[in-house]
Amino acid sequence: MKLGKNSWRFDNGVYLDGNATVTGPREAKGPLSKTFDYSFDDLYCNEKTWEKAEQALLKKSIEITLSKTNIRQDAVDLLISGDLMNQTISSNYVARELDAPFIGIFGACSTSMEGVALGSALIDGGQCTKVIASTSSHQSSAERQFRYPTEYGIQKPNTAHTTVTGAGSVLLKNEKTAIQVEGATIGKVIDYGMTDPLDMGSAMAPAAANTIVQHFKDFGRQPEDYDYILTGDLASIGTPILKKMTEQSGYDIEDVHQDCGLMIYHASQKVNSGGSGCASSAVVTYGYILQQMIEEKIDQVLVVATGALFSPTSVQQKESIPCIAHGVVMKRVKDI
Amino acid sequence: MITKDNYKNSVKTYQGKPTLLKNCTKAFVIGGLICVLGQGLTYFYMYVFDFTEKQAGNPTVTTLILLSALLTGFGVYDKFAAFAGAGASVPVTGFANSITSAALEHKSEGIVLGISTNMFKLAGAVIVFGTVSAYVVGMIRFTIQQLL
Repeated sequence: MKLGKNSWRFDNGVYLDGNATVTGPREAKGPLSKTFDYSFDDLYCNEKTWEKAEQALLKKSIEITLSKTNIRQDAVDLLISGDLMNQTISSNYVARELDAPFIGIFGACSTSMEGVALGSALIDGGQCTKVIASTSSHQSSAERQFRYPTEYGIQKPNTAHTTVTGAGSVLLKNEKTAIQVEGATIGKVIDYGMTDPLDMGSAMAPAAANTIVQHFKDFGRQPEDYDYILTGDLASIGTPILKKMTEQSGYDIEDVHQDCGLMIYHASQKVNSGGSGCASSAVVTYGYILQQMIEEKIDQVLVVATGALFSPTSVQQKESIPCIAHGVVMKRVKDI
Repeated sequence: MITKDNYKNSVKTYQGKPTLLKNCTKAFVIGGLICVLGQGLTYFYMYVFDFTEKQAGNPTVTTLILLSALLTGFGVYDKFAAFAGAGASVPVTGFANSITSAALEHKSEGIVLGISTNMFKLAGAVIVFGTVSAYVVGMIRFTIQQLL
């Protein structure tokens, strides 16, 4: 059901299961290492190219989701997946090996929640009963496509992000599980004129603020209704800007806000401002956050995945960076 | 109040200042040390292999390029340059790193369309502006000489 201006509420019951997280070696040294299902100890993930390494991450995460939920590939009604690569090749090539219908999506680093929102809407509307939503990103494949060769020596500014190497998958279905997907707020593309691709935190903060404020209005809620309001990858620069902007709109999220890009690494890991990439929000949410929920430590979270929708060409042509953020509400089912 | 119109200016306080002095100092010291290494190599070629000072220039540069290419291949140079900044990119070792790293990165697309097409992707700008500025400076020198 449409709610308010930009939100959906899934009244028929959409539930989440088989949350799977796979990461690279650097993430496995971070504070959330114990919450991941699998971590490769080699950045190449036993493959020959960075692109194949990213596909290996994604494939592994989907396999874990299937095995955790104990369902066969051909019982999946739809796979919704997206990534940062040109033509979303990571998702397309992994889908090639799966016996399931597939829709590829692109929302830059907001892809994780974009997929969950779309999949949930299809289940709520009765088009599907089982949907896998997955996403991936890889530090070196992203570095190579968006910035410089991986071995090129360059001093990055403190505002730069480090792309998270990882993949996350979940199974959405209409049968009751411990976690319900209650609703979603779909973001608008917001561009405040920022042009520096090495400062995506500043560029994305207004999009996150817009979606969060819209979410409160549409759902008639306040920040204290949530245990956590998570953003995907605003990191150390974007986070204070977001807090300031939501406060200006009358919502103080200081006490409940956390950023996945800041949670995934230790400050000592030399990641500049923090983590980014599709996998940032995916591995933190599907790992730590959902585990907290299953362990009944938290009841309700709003996950807002933030994406910077630029390409290297648009940046070189001096275009500013359009950004987007999609929010999904996940809550613990108490009467299971 | 942060608005769309004043956004760029109002978020400056959150972005922090680049550590210019620290970066310049590191670049000065490490860039200088690379030059000291180069000077050492020049003396080595002069006193061990009996090159003249002018002749020793070529093997010195070649040795530095080899070292940088090897360190790039071993995955060391990018970490070193992330610390040293301009100190590691301005000397010839940085130029060698830009070519080697691009060649390594595009190895997966084959020798012709991958390595050879892309290896000057970053260094190309240096070569273009190096050639153009050499031409301009040469013309200026020539003109002045003719006038005198």
